[in-house]
Amino acid sequence: MNAPHARLQKKFEKELASGTVALALLAVLARAGEPLYGYLIAKRLEGSGGVLGGKQSTLYPVLRNLKAAGLLDSRTEPSVSGPPRRYYRITEAGRATLAEWTMTWCATRESLDKVLAGETP
Amino acid sequence: MNIPVPRTIAEYLEQLRAALHGADPAMIQDALYDAEEHLRAELAAREDGDEAAMLAEVVGSYGAPEEVAEIYRDQEITVQRALHPPRSPAQRGTAARFFDVAADPHTYGALFYMLLTLATGTFYFTWVVTGIGLSLGFSILIIGLPFLVLFLGTVRVLSLVEGRMVETMLGVRMPRRPVTAERDLSWLRRIGAMFTDGRTWSTFLYMLLMLPLGIAYFTLVVTGISLSLSMVFAPLVALLTGHGVLTVNGHAWVPGVWDIVLVPVISLLGVLLLFAVMHLARGIGRLHGAFAKHLLVRERSRQG
Repeated sequence: MNAPHARLQKKFEKELASGTVALALLAVLARAGEPLYGYLIAKRLEGSGGVLGGKQSTLYPVLRNLKAAGLLDSRTEPSVSGPPRRYYRITEAGRATLAEWTMTWCATRESLDKVLAGETP
Repeated sequence: MNIPVPRTIAEYLEQLRAALHGADPAMIQDALYDAEEHLRAELAAREDGDEAAMLAEVVGSYGAPEEVAEIYRDQEITVQRALHPPRSPAQRGTAARFFDVAADPHTYGALFYMLLTLATGTFYFTWVVTGIGLSLGFSILIIGLPFLVLFLGTVRVLSLVEGRMVETMLGVRMPRRPVTAERDLSWLRRIGAMFTDGRTWSTFLYMLLMLPLGIAYFTLVVTGISLSLSMVFAPLVALLTGHGVLTVNGHAWVPGVWDIVLVPVISLLGVLLLFAVMHLARGIGRLHGAFAKHLLVRERSRQG
């Protein structure tokens, strides 16, 4: 792969990741049923393909933004291994948003699949 | 790239700090906090506790320091856009720009912040002076050291809280996560590091200065607002009621015939003064934001 091609690929991945990562984080926390900290969330997404398998450092700023938007709740607990860990939990507003985003995502995926398969949507 | 793969967490953080050099110090503090939290959790999860092997894997999963730096720089562009939404591009006259200040949310943020500093400033000053005094007094006792560490801890929390207020009201990017201590040092060395860290002293200085600044800001806002509002309304009230509302040297100011001309002028001056006070508040807000950032989140000087 030559350099401009790789750059385009990276840019595409970044743009695709910007919304999907937030959706994936909400889904992971909604499923978890217990508060999780950044590292555990990263481990649950590890091994997933595509843009979700990207660098885990992208998750932390997104978690902070979701918290600022009121979709997540957080509290810190001291830990023996290092700095206090920040545990995140999904809020009611977060669950409502997750439901809406999931519908949007499913609709987008279906129509995109059709377009890619050459059918008219 | 000829940068060696980091072998310890401290090396990784140092490389990350170097890769972020020149970026917003508040963002650097957040990025270092996130990275340290992740790396420590990663290390704790490993059974063999092999730091070098863990870091070799982490470069692939969490990202190498330069990659992480790039990710945070990208993210910061979004944050800055949120803090400073683009201004309307329409070119307008000086007069319109003068009155635009009333539509800027940072103006009201700054006004509110200036009123609040009387309370927060008094609190910070009392806290720091009491803390230093008690620390000195206790230093000859067995509880001296634990008390000192506890006191320094509370000051760091206060500094973070003040940072959040400055960011919300004055719109200056401040850290969202506290400073992390260097874990590899012994307890005594870490306590020692708190004293050699310039930020501890600059935070003290900031908190002490907040008392006089708070008094000055509060006085300025209260005087400015009440003077301009009374200039706007008092002459009108006097004119309409015919009774003296303004008293000068015990004599009621009763409007005469020539005051009909003067009254609108005084009201107009009051309006202008009100907007001037708003400009002043916004300007002081910006200055104070820069001042707070300089004293509370200076970039840590790198050890050579």
